[in-house]
Amino acid sequence: MSSLVDDAARRLRSNSGAMCAMFVVAGVVALALFGPWFNPNGSETLDWMHVASQPALQSAHWFGTDRLGRDLFARTLEGTRVSLAVGVVASGVSLLVGIGYGAVAGYVGGRTDHAMMRVIEILSGLPLIFFVIFLTVIFGRSEYLLFLSIGAVGWLTMARIVRGQTLSIRRREFIEAAVASGAGAARIIVKHVIPNVIGPVIVYATLTVPQIIMFESFLSFLGLGIQEPHASLGTLIAEGAGEMEAAPWILLVPGGVLAVLLLALNIFGDGLRDALDVQER
Amino acid sequence: MCRNADLQSLLSIDDLTVGFSRPNRSISAVRQVSLAVAARECVAIVGESGSGKTQIFMAAMGLLAGNATAQGSVRFEGAEILGAPPPQLNRIRGSKLTMVFQDPMTSLTPHLKIGTQLAEVLVCHAGKSWSEARVAARRMLERVRVPDPARRLNQYPHELSGGLRQRVTIGMSLLCEPLLVIADEPTTALDVTVQAQIIDLLRAMRAQIGMALVLISHDLGVVAGLADRILVMYAGRIVESADSAELFRHPQHPYTAALLKCIPSLSGPRLERLPTLPGQPPQPGDPLEGCAFAPRCPRAAERCQAERPLLRDAADPLGSGITRRVACHFPLSS
Repeated sequence: MSSLVDDAARRLRSNSGAMCAMFVVAGVVALALFGPWFNPNGSETLDWMHVASQPALQSAHWFGTDRLGRDLFARTLEGTRVSLAVGVVASGVSLLVGIGYGAVAGYVGGRTDHAMMRVIEILSGLPLIFFVIFLTVIFGRSEYLLFLSIGAVGWLTMARIVRGQTLSIRRREFIEAAVASGAGAARIIVKHVIPNVIGPVIVYATLTVPQIIMFESFLSFLGLGIQEPHASLGTLIAEGAGEMEAAPWILLVPGGVLAVLLLALNIFGDGLRDALDVQER
Repeated sequence: MCRNADLQSLLSIDDLTVGFSRPNRSISAVRQVSLAVAARECVAIVGESGSGKTQIFMAAMGLLAGNATAQGSVRFEGAEILGAPPPQLNRIRGSKLTMVFQDPMTSLTPHLKIGTQLAEVLVCHAGKSWSEARVAARRMLERVRVPDPARRLNQYPHELSGGLRQRVTIGMSLLCEPLLVIADEPTTALDVTVQAQIIDLLRAMRAQIGMALVLISHDLGVVAGLADRILVMYAGRIVESADSAELFRHPQHPYTAALLKCIPSLSGPRLERLPTLPGQPPQPGDPLEGCAFAPRCPRAAERCQAERPLLRDAADPLGSGITRRVACHFPLSS
């Protein structure tokens, strides 16, 4: 298995577009994590001398301030950190649960598959917003709850995709050959099915991160997610949209970061698919 | 029906029927087939597409499709394996009883290196460590005459040609010194020149390892030099069973005779058109009254339409010792 990873890394390195995208993502992540140390302004400090001031590199506020005089650079960094954390944790959860569930359902098939898919349909039939409201009422509002509730729903589509891929792979001859060689179901699922479905799954996962970031901002907008004074890219954009005419930078700064991040994630995901998929070279 | 009471036989199949249920009807692919394979013996199963030759062994290996049902008995080394639970099957599948598939392009897992796939068999069945298993895998690649085996171990299946891949799958099937290898049309997906090499390889490996071999094929030419005994199948039943040389010299079933006539001769006069069998084989779902071959048979009589001929011992003019069986009311006599 490690050899597969080595080869994928080698192929990824030769793909300059994907490498650029990877450095952009890494840069944004590094900035979100370490940026606050280099920025003299806190994300919650109000600067009454500069309310809604324009971005200017020579001033104290590089990306300007919002209408409460808070430094937009500091707030964007915090927002990026929160959004990325939600996106990565929730898609990680959906990846793990979705791959396991989908591969088992698709490989075992028959009644088990039927029952497992009906469970998914019931879960995806639940109105998500009510589900989140219930959780919020019971457990109180927290970021972890946000991770949990998004992750709990995000794996449904992933499981469907993995199941579909597994169904098409299950009748392939090499799976038959593995059965004929006396490999048990667990070994076949882990060694022969999952690595073969990983290509489309990785691409979907990199698309899930932006989706989840969007969904998080939607929940935050409804008052169920991240709340002031904390920020996520979604809440910042929602805030900026209100000031779009008078102070466009309040929208453009977090919006630009989100756009760059999503674009880089998508290109990187595509490169990762090419690198992991031995057959399509 | 004939019963294989012979306890010496490695694999004995008794009265095996394989059916597939479809939404509106059910189909029989294999009808009451009995056969036995002795240790170290090479048996060829010959028949056209849809005659059920592959499904017999799919049933034996526990590889039948989800909508298939199998009745009868398949015993390997005396133990019943038809419908046995997977854990029990997995103790013999891949070690004592192995299979080589038709298309080497698709029967190797695409994302695993050759070395890993070979070694996995030994790790799984022989309990070897990965490093020991890789050494053994390299030795096996040498034995199946793969050039530059050390380099091949680190390649993916798509980097190998079809012939090399089939050598790898044959090597894989032999890793645990099996008692019986089932080769399902091992040469069908390959070039004619490579076909001959693969047949040579199978012969050589049989001499070295001494395993029994079941060769499933639709090509009498492929099996001629390799098989001790040939079983001819038609519409899900065995219609003739004979010593290999005997079958070619004196076919007794009209179907076998017709098949042999279809093989173009290199020495005879050049024919404008290759001879063919008139008509179509029956569809697997068709109800069969009488002999399945009767509609295409030049010797068919009224009796053939009404009464199904049973597979029974036939005359053995040369006294080869191998029992001849034929399912025909009016067998061709030598």
